[in-house]
Amino acid sequence: MSAPSELLNVQIDGIWHQFQKGTRVIEACAQAGKFVPHYCYHPKLSSPGNCRMCLIEIGMPKLGPDRKPETGTDGKPLINWIPRPQISCAQDISEGMGIRTESPMVKECRNGVMEFLLINHPLDCPICDQAGECQLQEYSVEFGTAGSRFLEEKVKKPKRVEIGPRVTLDDERCILCSRCIRFMKEVAHDDVLGFVSRGSHTYLTAHPDRLLDSNYSLNTVDICPVGALTSSDFRFKMRVWFLKETKSICTSCATGCNTIIGTRQNQVFRQTPRENDAVNSAWMCDYGRLNYHYVNSTDRLQTPQIREGQELVNTTWNSALVKAGEELKQFSKDGIAVVASAKMTNEELWLTKNLTELVGTSHCDIIPRSGAADDILMSADRNPNTLGAQLIGLTGEKPGLRLKDIAEGVRSGTIKAVLALGEDLTQIGLQADELKKLASLIVLDILPTETTRSATVLLPSSAFCEKRGSMINIKGRLQRLHRATQPPGAARDDWEIVRDLIQKLTGSNGIYLIEDVFKQMTDSIPDMNGLSLSRIGDKGVQLVEETEEAPAAI
Amino acid sequence: MTQVLLFALISLIKTLGLIFLIILPMVSYTVYAERRVSAMIQDRLGPNRVGIPLTLFGLQKDIPFFGLVQPVADAVKLLLKEDFTPNHVNKFYYWLAPACAMAPSMMALAVIPFGSQLWGEPMVVANVNIGVLWVFAVSSLGVYGIVLAGWSSNSKYPFLGGIRSTSQMISYELSLALSVIPIFMICGTLNLSEIVRYQTVHGWLISPIWIKGISLFPLSINGQEIIHSFHILKIILWIPLFISFIVFTISMFAETNRLPFDLPEAETELVGGYHTEYSSMKFALFFLGEYAAMIVGSAVIVTLFFGAWHVPFLPTAIDDPYTFWGVILGLIHIAAFFVKVALLLLLFIWVRWTLPRFRYDQLMRLGWYFFIEIALVNVFIVAVILPFMRE
Amino acid sequence: MPYTVSRPKLTFSEKAYFPAIFAGLGITLRHFINILSGKKKVTMQYPEEKWDQNLPAHYRGAPTLVRDEHGRERCVACQLCEFICPPRAITIHPGEIPIEDRWRKVEKFPQEFQIDMIRCIYCGLCEEVCPEQAIFLRKDYAITGLTRQEMVHDKKKLYELGGVMTGLVHKWNDKK
Repeated sequence: MSAPSELLNVQIDGIWHQFQKGTRVIEACAQAGKFVPHYCYHPKLSSPGNCRMCLIEIGMPKLGPDRKPETGTDGKPLINWIPRPQISCAQDISEGMGIRTESPMVKECRNGVMEFLLINHPLDCPICDQAGECQLQEYSVEFGTAGSRFLEEKVKKPKRVEIGPRVTLDDERCILCSRCIRFMKEVAHDDVLGFVSRGSHTYLTAHPDRLLDSNYSLNTVDICPVGALTSSDFRFKMRVWFLKETKSICTSCATGCNTIIGTRQNQVFRQTPRENDAVNSAWMCDYGRLNYHYVNSTDRLQTPQIREGQELVNTTWNSALVKAGEELKQFSKDGIAVVASAKMTNEELWLTKNLTELVGTSHCDIIPRSGAADDILMSADRNPNTLGAQLIGLTGEKPGLRLKDIAEGVRSGTIKAVLALGEDLTQIGLQADELKKLASLIVLDILPTETTRSATVLLPSSAFCEKRGSMINIKGRLQRLHRATQPPGAARDDWEIVRDLIQKLTGSNGIYLIEDVFKQMTDSIPDMNGLSLSRIGDKGVQLVEETEEAPAAI
Repeated sequence: MTQVLLFALISLIKTLGLIFLIILPMVSYTVYAERRVSAMIQDRLGPNRVGIPLTLFGLQKDIPFFGLVQPVADAVKLLLKEDFTPNHVNKFYYWLAPACAMAPSMMALAVIPFGSQLWGEPMVVANVNIGVLWVFAVSSLGVYGIVLAGWSSNSKYPFLGGIRSTSQMISYELSLALSVIPIFMICGTLNLSEIVRYQTVHGWLISPIWIKGISLFPLSINGQEIIHSFHILKIILWIPLFISFIVFTISMFAETNRLPFDLPEAETELVGGYHTEYSSMKFALFFLGEYAAMIVGSAVIVTLFFGAWHVPFLPTAIDDPYTFWGVILGLIHIAAFFVKVALLLLLFIWVRWTLPRFRYDQLMRLGWYFFIEIALVNVFIVAVILPFMRE
Repeated sequence: MPYTVSRPKLTFSEKAYFPAIFAGLGITLRHFINILSGKKKVTMQYPEEKWDQNLPAHYRGAPTLVRDEHGRERCVACQLCEFICPPRAITIHPGEIPIEDRWRKVEKFPQEFQIDMIRCIYCGLCEEVCPEQAIFLRKDYAITGLTRQEMVHDKKKLYELGGVMTGLVHKWNDKK
């Protein structure tokens, strides 16, 4: 009964399993479907073994006088149980190991550890933002006791500490699991957190000269199993059990971190990272995470408008689209320019490409955005779908090369009509008075800009959390966006607006669903052949070979 | 020529006076009585608030009047409600149906003698010889209103209500007509006024042992006449007449769709039955029609069995109709008629709030298996007795 | 599978209906006369006569917010009542107590607390679920208004109705 060299036999709760060599005991238990409660252990971090929550019983094969494992009547090795409980998170499995996760001793250990952890923990769940997703609450219910035998006064520690610009610390709630310290050291490479004092007076703090101001600081909030580290942005905004969770991706840079958008009553309250080892491990940057507030802005464009004289007046969708169609028909091929955005989804870009081909212009491009890349997740390219725009053909190898021609064409008057999709044209150097001179400026956008104020037809569209669609990240991975909220007022999905514009030029094109658009697109782009929106799944599909050196994955 | 005009004018006055001064207020207050009596039977109080709204004019308290102004409030409410016509109905018949439900009851009133005479004028709109036939003929038209409403509403519950009402009314019309044949055999006439005159002489048909010879006004007792008017066969005749009364009354319950026979509008099964799709004044017309039919039914029962306007021990013939006492006596007769009707209406209400609804097969069984047979046998019994009474 | 329901055997008087009908008429007549003569009195003439003095201690009237004896608001905007409320009548906008405040230890308070009394079903689950004993169903039952807006009780109105409730709440104690 010898296992293949890399597989080891382990007995968990009386049943023999085989696991890869190098698996941690707690992971083996998880793979066998046995849940072991834990606080300090995190699969993406090192294991210090300091919370003691994952105590289990471990046994080693019983060796006979000949140093060979003794076998029982069933042919399986007999196990010599270690009389003390062992932690399961900091230990690898070995051949013939026995594990008990449900024995009376294990239960008593968990109970005792829970009671210890709760000795100094304040009873302020009603005001704690972690309530509802707090592992201390969950394990207390499942493994703890109802009451506390602790009669003495609880230890007082610093509360409501602004440990960083985006993180608030409550040391009384901390159970000293050190996940945040290890994250800052091992992942964010900014070893700014640490424990000070001794015994029950130990508390978490930042280095005296420093703040927890890393661009990844909010991940410590995510991994904090209790409410010690809370997000200052989300603090006291909404209880987590009200939040509707929608899987999506971050659109603040080309990395495309997988996220969960928490919404309630059509309002976005927070974004948290979703685990995807091919993209973002389990992390995301603070910049992308907090870059959603504009969605909830009261300035959002809500009604289609058309220009009458100097004024933009509200109108219906149909009349606005009819006017846009008439304006596009007026001008000849290169009199029209299309400025798209790499923040648009593939479907929208595909329809935009169709539109440019329909009017026959070669003046189309996206506006590139760049910033400083870091070595962790953030890309230099701050547009989430540059690769998609390139694949569909709205821009060239180097995005933004044609913008100069467009700007000059507008100034010289050869370009008389511009279709701006989600971009402010002042970014390509055009001033408001130059935009006002255009005979036709059709703008799709979500917030008022200099361009929307100069528009002849203004079509309010949707933000990233309000639409469905797909994007291709910098590593060539096709990922999906899901609708978490409804667009405000009469605003509509971008792809529907572009489709309707096409229909105003050609009549119906038989596209009613975003699935139809996706199908047309996959049929004509070889790299996407055979895909469908639902086939992309939650974790995305690797579409093209990586075109750029990927940022160092964790 | 003048005489014809005068006749037309007097008939018009009688008709309008009867309908607008007596029947319609009576309908309103029957509804009120229904609500109050049902409430009290169920240990409640019923509408006791609506009175004169003095607080509207700045005073401290309203005068409630036991809620007697409630019918006015109901009428205003029904008039002001939205008159909604659903899209899916057959508009013509949908609009015709409420009128068809209301009109027959009013028409049947024409032959009812609701008083002796006033200023020499007989208190009946049309003193025709086919009086009872007219009542049966016209009141059976009432079923058209319900059937039309049920059919034109183009909706399942009204349709079921319409079908139920058709079969029910047709079934009970037979026993209704058969049960009163003994009366015509005894009185020898179909003219309702003649039937009433017979009753004033020979006693009410509900209890034909009338003692002739006693008068309160002027007070006198004629012993010889008392002995002469007594006849053993009269007692025997009372049995078939009582059966006749029972069958007729119960059939009238069924004919007017009153509980325990209100299957056409059985709320618990059919929402509202035939008038489910109606609102506002059109619904009110069905409501009016139903209560008017009830009043007419009571009036017919009173006329046939309770001596109509006759008051026992009071003179029946008015010697000089133009004197003060003549007019007073005429008015007393009219009042007596409507008091009797009102008492019967109370019986209708009382029965409604006591008995549960029949099951449909039970209803049909009762009509076809029992009432028709009983009424037929009754006719034969009277036919056997009568020859012995004619001395 | 069809089966026959056994019917009770009826006597002749039962089959004839009449005895039962007259018995029924007798019962209804007795009730009618009892009420008409005033011998029996069941109905209370509501606006003139009220039951207020007899309301039991556990009566569930309008939900209200209470302050403690020092005028501090007990509610910490934990939103459990908003969560438990079956008709979703409660809306809470939580806020943070400023750092300068004397009672900053509690950290969180309701910036706005609204109960839509058109929606409220007076079930009392909010009172039951409240961990801070801040919300109580008081004895007000005649909640009326001329507009929908008027029927939404805001924080001011809720504290007005709720008044003061004394009792041990530890959250302001620095030692606890």
